[in-house]
Amino acid sequence: MIGGDVRGRLIKDIFFKGIVCLFAFLSLLPLFLILYYITKNGIMVIDWDFLFNLPRPIGEAGGGVWNAIVGTLMLIVLSSVISIPFGITAGIYLSENKAGKLSNTIRLSVIVLQGTPSIVIGIIAYLWIVAPLQTFSALAGGVALSIMMLPVIVKTTEETLKLIPYHLKEASLALGVPYYKTILKVILPSGLSGILTGILLSVARITGETAPLLFTAFGNQFMNINIFKPIDSLPYRIFYYAMSPYPEWHSFAWGASFILVVLTLALNLIARGISAKWKTRF
Amino acid sequence: MQRDGAVPGTVPNAFRIMDNQTRPEPGNTDRSEKRFNYILAFSGSCIVVLLAAILVTLFITALPSIKEFGLFFFAGKVWDATTETFGALPFLVGTLLSSFLALIISIPFSLAISVFLGEYFKEGAVSTFLRSSVEVLAGIPSVIYGLWGLFLLMPAVRLIEMKIGVAPHGVGILTSSLILAIMIIPFSASIGREVITLVPGDLKEAAYSLGATRFEVIRSIVIPYARSGIIAGILLALGRAIGETMAVTMLIGNSNFLPTSIFSPANTMASVIANEFAEATGITAASLIYVALVLFFVTMVVNIVGTYVIQKLSIESSKEVS
Amino acid sequence: MFAMFSKGVTLMAVVFALVCFATPASSSDMELLGAGATFPQPLYSKMFDAYNQQYKVKINYQGIGSGGGINQLVRKTVDFGGTDAFMTAKELETAGAPVLHIPTCLGAVVVTYNLPGNPKLNFTPDAIAGIFLGAIKKWNDPKIVSANPDVKLPDMPIVAVHRADGSGTTYIFSEYLTKASKEWKETIGTGKSLKWPAGQIGQKGNPGVAGYVKQTPGAVGYVELLYATQNKMPYGNVRNKAGKFIEPSLKAVSAAANVEIPDDTNVSLTDTEAAAGYPISGFTWLIFYKEQSYGRKAKDRAEALAKLLNWMVGDGQKYVEPLQYAPLSKEAAAKANKLIRSMTYNGTPLVK
Repeated sequence: MIGGDVRGRLIKDIFFKGIVCLFAFLSLLPLFLILYYITKNGIMVIDWDFLFNLPRPIGEAGGGVWNAIVGTLMLIVLSSVISIPFGITAGIYLSENKAGKLSNTIRLSVIVLQGTPSIVIGIIAYLWIVAPLQTFSALAGGVALSIMMLPVIVKTTEETLKLIPYHLKEASLALGVPYYKTILKVILPSGLSGILTGILLSVARITGETAPLLFTAFGNQFMNINIFKPIDSLPYRIFYYAMSPYPEWHSFAWGASFILVVLTLALNLIARGISAKWKTRF
Repeated sequence: MQRDGAVPGTVPNAFRIMDNQTRPEPGNTDRSEKRFNYILAFSGSCIVVLLAAILVTLFITALPSIKEFGLFFFAGKVWDATTETFGALPFLVGTLLSSFLALIISIPFSLAISVFLGEYFKEGAVSTFLRSSVEVLAGIPSVIYGLWGLFLLMPAVRLIEMKIGVAPHGVGILTSSLILAIMIIPFSASIGREVITLVPGDLKEAAYSLGATRFEVIRSIVIPYARSGIIAGILLALGRAIGETMAVTMLIGNSNFLPTSIFSPANTMASVIANEFAEATGITAASLIYVALVLFFVTMVVNIVGTYVIQKLSIESSKEVS
Repeated sequence: MFAMFSKGVTLMAVVFALVCFATPASSSDMELLGAGATFPQPLYSKMFDAYNQQYKVKINYQGIGSGGGINQLVRKTVDFGGTDAFMTAKELETAGAPVLHIPTCLGAVVVTYNLPGNPKLNFTPDAIAGIFLGAIKKWNDPKIVSANPDVKLPDMPIVAVHRADGSGTTYIFSEYLTKASKEWKETIGTGKSLKWPAGQIGQKGNPGVAGYVKQTPGAVGYVELLYATQNKMPYGNVRNKAGKFIEPSLKAVSAAANVEIPDDTNVSLTDTEAAAGYPISGFTWLIFYKEQSYGRKAKDRAEALAKLLNWMVGDGQKYVEPLQYAPLSKEAAAKANKLIRSMTYNGTPLVK
């Protein structure tokens, strides 16, 4: 390494830096191609009709994705309602009990759940909800998505609460505040920004999921807000339209993709914004 | 000690919790605290129970197939619904082939991003730009990757196949590996970047003071030090690739036979489930769930190993810092 | 701030609960759920749209393939299924209770392809079998050329694509080939899911096959006629039993349908004897349980289903021809009506 051909080594150094920069930016090429095509093909399609109409019969022109948009929003709300209470309380438990058999088992379970393929979770939701209730439903889709949201919420809650200085809790307890009130009214509010960020990130993750919805929410060409009936969603529409032969449906798929990407990016941005601006400083 | 010793109107917020509060009796505090802890622990154990329930459900519903085919399921080459012979080898090979190919394609790029962000441009506008772009890449839903691949990657691969003289399917192992590679770059890149930043500064300083160039420091100090973390990041990316369903289903050609080359159509464990589950009855359904069980275990092992290596690394490095 | 947040969340939850749980109680829109064949799906989506406008009943039909339709009906997750393949004895047994099939229309399975210039090709049964068996690999193979002396067929590789899901369209197609080609009969046979040659592409649903063929030069696949015509894709004439090359059309399908229809409507139209009949034609059925009180099924739901089925074989038939499917003959419609009248709820007939 030392001595010898200094010029050669310097050339190698610059060369290496060049290669690293090249490859780093090359890897962004697909991203820009994807965003470019989504914007180019998607924007043309988006108009009032596309956003607020229901799909037309197969082969007929026109129609829109309003039922898919509402469906996606409903699924988000449904899965959040199910996963947030469990996720936050479990995260609180883990941050308060750093060691112990139960804690470690929970942490392991969270890791395993996070890595579980979404199609497997879809099967589980089918076996647990669709088969017994004997109907496809938004509820089944919501349950599947909530299982996917859970690990992220638990982890971010735990990490956020761990960062809160111990003396805050100590001060509150020293004043005689009951333990549960300390957690609920002192600790949680301080960590709110981190927890919210975690929730928004997990929502952003499940917004685009299709596989778990294939045999649960099932799809619906009509508008539906009843959670016990099948429901459409943007990812499902994209899949259905993409795999068809109709050019108009292809452009609808791009349009729906545009809406989906905007939604996902917005959620990510809001999450970052919350994390930056509302962060309680200690 | 008096509770309200301060002057009225100047009581800080934190103390307001105490307003209108009856002093709890010693017994009450214990009980309410116990109850609260119970609720927390219950919630946590629900997660464990959930995971156990998932495992048990998969196992029980797959049981008819497990009993019929046993462990030879993994060696069986034939997946035929009409004769009810099921062997999962084609999907195992399809999964491993597409995932590892995706990994090989993606490693140079994710490594470059890790080094770029971890060493050369740790902060600044360029760094933020690249980091945000990588995050956006990670956030794009799988079905949109599939859509893009269908209309842009497929014709490209078809052209390549025509030039080489292979049957111009456009779909197959290669196409799905390409799209998987793009999808998993962000995962190994971000973990790689984190472990590279964890390399102790004094090690690098020592090398620089001996006259090493940046490249030599990276090659001989940073990468070897961060090696296990980088590998862990790659493992987690692999786990993601193995479980990926939608983009693969749209681009892999849906053939239940062992792929003979990277241009052949195939199926992965995830895509065969997506294709056939809705119509599967009896032993077919049980076999598909057996495949799901295998998929579950494979991703579980890969994820656990990857996560623990990273955790160990960050604990070790935080010990060193302090 | 936390108080505001928690108040906001509570408000949202209350509104959400009201919306979701109040809806079933006040649901004036009856919604039926069906799933299955993609073969008639363009027709069904038109019919259900018209039915919804007229009767305010929502019929949610998802095209998951005939195999999927049968399976989900047996698992009782849907009110009715759609299939182009009559249920096998084994499937009927798994269903547990009697399942009725009523035909809704007739259609044609066409061989569609993607070649420069969109030539109109003639196919012999042996040529079709050879293509999908993988024996014929190029478009200018003598077996294809011999039936098309006027067409300049290119030296392009054939990219054959089949149905990856359990498909009634596959059933009709393979049933025809089993009857018309000895080689096919001995190697592959008939069924909804077949042991296709290794290395052949599969796609989901009629739309998936049509979409792939449309995008891939040199590709060939089998789809229902409407998918080809709606997408301006060329499709071939097929030589029938009488020796003539027949163009798939409404007329040719109807010609193939002049056969005796049994009471349970289980009849095959492939490889027809009719001189002007298209040889790859078939009925498509809707399947449902004869006894409608099972699970949590309410009586009004069963009545809605009976009403829908009656409409589909009656007034609804006016949507069939514009979409190039062939309508039910008087005889077929009569048999279907009889079957619908035999539907019961807790023993009492649903339709008077």
